[in-house]
Amino acid sequence: MNRDNDKGKILLQRALVMAGGMALLLFGIILRLYYLQVFQADKFKMLADENRISTRLVIPERGIIYDRNGTVLATNEQNFQVMIVAEQTADVQQTLDAFKKLMPLSEDEEKRIKRDLKRNRSFVPVKVKENLTWEEVAKVQLNAAELPGIYIEEGLNRYYPYGEKMAQVLGYVAAVSDSDPKDDPLLEVPGFKIGKSGIEKFLEQRLRGKSGILKMEVNAYGRVMKEIEETEGVPGENITLTLDARLQEKAYDAFQDQSGAAILLDVHSGEILAFVSTPAFDPNAFARGLTHQEWNALQTNEKTPLVNKAIQGHYSPGSVFKPLVALAGLEAGAIKPDTKLFCNGRMALGDHFFHCWKYWGHGNLNVVEALMHSCDIFFYETALRVGIDKIADMARRFGLGEKIGIGLENELPGLVPDKKWKLKNRGEPWQQGETLIVGIGQGSLLVTPLQLATMTARLVNGGYKVKPTFFPVSDRNLLKIEKINVSDTYLDMVKQGMYDVVNIPGGTAWMSRFDYHGMKMGGKTGSVQVRRITLKERQQGITKQEDLPWKYRDHAIFIGYAPADNPKYAVAVLVEHGGGGSKAAAPIASKILKDALILDPVVYRKH
Amino acid sequence: MYKPYETSFRAQRMSIKEKLMNISFWYVFCICLLAAAGTVMLYSAANGHWNPWAIKQLARFCVGLGVMFVLALIDIRWLMRYAYVFYIFALVLLLVVEVNGHTGMGAQRWINFVFFKLQPSELMKIALVMALAKYFHGVPLQSIESIKGIIPPLLMALVPAGLIIIQPDLGTGLMLVMTTCAIFFCVGVQLWKFGLVGLSAIIMAPIAWHFLHDYQKNRVLTFLNPERDPLGAGYHIIQSKIALGSGGIFGKGFLKGTQSHLNFLPEKHTDFIYTMLSEEFGMVGAVLIILINLIIIAYGFSFAFKSSSYFGKILALGLTTNYFLYVFINTAMVLGLIPVVGVPLPLISYGGTVMLSIMASFGLMLSVYINRNISLGKE
Repeated sequence: MNRDNDKGKILLQRALVMAGGMALLLFGIILRLYYLQVFQADKFKMLADENRISTRLVIPERGIIYDRNGTVLATNEQNFQVMIVAEQTADVQQTLDAFKKLMPLSEDEEKRIKRDLKRNRSFVPVKVKENLTWEEVAKVQLNAAELPGIYIEEGLNRYYPYGEKMAQVLGYVAAVSDSDPKDDPLLEVPGFKIGKSGIEKFLEQRLRGKSGILKMEVNAYGRVMKEIEETEGVPGENITLTLDARLQEKAYDAFQDQSGAAILLDVHSGEILAFVSTPAFDPNAFARGLTHQEWNALQTNEKTPLVNKAIQGHYSPGSVFKPLVALAGLEAGAIKPDTKLFCNGRMALGDHFFHCWKYWGHGNLNVVEALMHSCDIFFYETALRVGIDKIADMARRFGLGEKIGIGLENELPGLVPDKKWKLKNRGEPWQQGETLIVGIGQGSLLVTPLQLATMTARLVNGGYKVKPTFFPVSDRNLLKIEKINVSDTYLDMVKQGMYDVVNIPGGTAWMSRFDYHGMKMGGKTGSVQVRRITLKERQQGITKQEDLPWKYRDHAIFIGYAPADNPKYAVAVLVEHGGGGSKAAAPIASKILKDALILDPVVYRKH
Repeated sequence: MYKPYETSFRAQRMSIKEKLMNISFWYVFCICLLAAAGTVMLYSAANGHWNPWAIKQLARFCVGLGVMFVLALIDIRWLMRYAYVFYIFALVLLLVVEVNGHTGMGAQRWINFVFFKLQPSELMKIALVMALAKYFHGVPLQSIESIKGIIPPLLMALVPAGLIIIQPDLGTGLMLVMTTCAIFFCVGVQLWKFGLVGLSAIIMAPIAWHFLHDYQKNRVLTFLNPERDPLGAGYHIIQSKIALGSGGIFGKGFLKGTQSHLNFLPEKHTDFIYTMLSEEFGMVGAVLIILINLIIIAYGFSFAFKSSSYFGKILALGLTTNYFLYVFINTAMVLGLIPVVGVPLPLISYGGTVMLSIMASFGLMLSVYINRNISLGKE
């Protein structure tokens, strides 16, 4: 009985201990609640919001590019896209079949749609087709009843109204690739496109704008439950270029199907009015996405539509370099304004003979006449007297031999050779024969068409160091343009020579002259040998350029300016394998300059 | 001071009305309060709809209430008389499930009757407590303190616990073992024996580790380091803590728990319903639930203390311990204090079997209370 009392006592004691233990444990639960819900509440509130709120960047509208007259060069066009949401249709295949009755859907496209549908959750819209026409949009909307799960979304596509005519200036936009710098979270947004070349690339930051932010509440599966707030983005900056779309178009068309480049400058400001490289590509196709075939065709085209020949082409300037040699000769005193040299068609140096392009020679010529006839012997002799270093120095003053830097990628610097250069790069001393060759713009001398345009502008604007640009030059900056250290008298003589080239019978560009209300052009022709006509070909009767295969024909070059008495425009035209400068390049330059005069606002008001 | 022979004489003739009058009102009130909270949370879990959970749960609670009252009216002598029979019955059912489980697909823990699913392991929780209560009622302290006297009750517990663990249902099996431990502790088994068992358990742990199923190992590992598998098993714990913590002191408001309603919180209507409650009603709501449970548990102890029979005391203590374990394991689990073991929060989590077994155990506790003055002989 005693033990039974103990049994009850022990039970009571231990049950009380246990009750205490349980109370303690539940108190521990309360402490833990305090720790999580009060002490760490802020951290978990943040984590809950991170879970709940999904932020999406809204792509800002890209800036529009205008020409100097306000004509749109690059804009954003509505892009109607057909989207499908799997969960909104009972049978995806049935919906797609119904859609195919309205407009074709290739097997590849269908495969891609199904793949995308499989990869995404059923509430994620998948693109079926894009770039729909108005009629197609109407068709889809009329048949909406048979197309469950399908809806139309409006997006924006970059559109270039001038297509390939502006392609080499404006460049294009395309999807972000791995090699692009990831400087903005926008680049991660699917469907976002950035400038890949040209102005689009150069001014990417300004054109892009700032993304808007859309905050949405999503559930654990990523489905959007509601929009919480939207922060408006900032659209990209609109840009005005100095180009004149009308001149650009006319200049591009002047080339017809020939391959080449043309740059039209305002000689006083350096503003670029036309900047052509032909043939080019269709930037709209790039923005849309090229097919494999289209890409291959562009890459294998022997006329290299992907190369911007105005800045990415290295050419020998040929005879258009002669004005600089004349200037160097006059400045050095190697020739006087009235010095006459005799051309009998050839000239000996050591045991080599150097020929003039005119077999019988030009006879006695002064510097103006030599420019007009483009006499080689005169400039051989002048070059020989001046020496290469002074010629090179003159060339550099006029913008040759270094990048001009107009903002387009892969600009080539050209090459102005001198003695130092030769020794450093070839490890050999300079040969006198080379001076002769450079004297007529050949040899290792290399220029880009843009450099030629720059040179021309500086030759005719009174010797001011203008720099070509796509962006309007303010009056203040206009006054800041320095003068090149060169004599005005000598410049006038060179201009006289270039005037005679076009306007005196016998001048090499006489056929391309024009007279528009008394305004004429001056200029200089150039032909650059790509390959000599071989003896064998001569025997086969091939004596003319036209008889050679296209890629062996001479490059044709012309630099020109107008109006001749008070120059405002300078142009450089290069026609790859065009034959002679007077025949292929001068007519194009003449047309461009005349159009520039016709469209010139001052001239237009007067006439 | 009451006179035992008088009251016992009176009690033996208690009418049904007298018994009903003796039911502890506040005890039942607290139970109803929790069930109401459960219904409200299930309504919220369905985004403000009675279907599919809240309405069913309410119906089950009403049935459970009926079961509780019926059991409350049972004479405690009858309970003691048939304790072993009930235990054997539960054990047989466990074996049946075991055999079925091996022939059927995967782990089957219940027997399908026409109207409801019977889960023998839930039945066993009550049956074992009754059987142990009866055993310890009948043996003297010397026997309890001897090695020999402890072997029969140990076997009574370990056989069903083992069967349940190999089902496999580790959570329920361990709860059975812990309830048994609590009863052994209360009846006076010496502390050094617990120490010995605990020590050997530590030594055996690495061996037991080998016998755990992969998913059980995962749960333990994930508990120890939830970031180990943030999208898999650890996801539950992480999301549960985020939901709880973001609730703050006053909560996000009824139907406004973002973690729950946006489906970041898994199993929000069953095992993790306490998390949802804490998210929507904050620490205030969460603590309130703990306090109500504390009251229910305190009542359980008071029933035990007031019972004049050893059988009644052990029965009330065992069932209260069982209830406590449900509450503690579930809340500790969703708070990230112990591994996720799949134990629901009684009266609040959605689920019929636990509701019925818990209401049944409340009924038995009430019976102990109503019959508190009946002293039982050694039989």
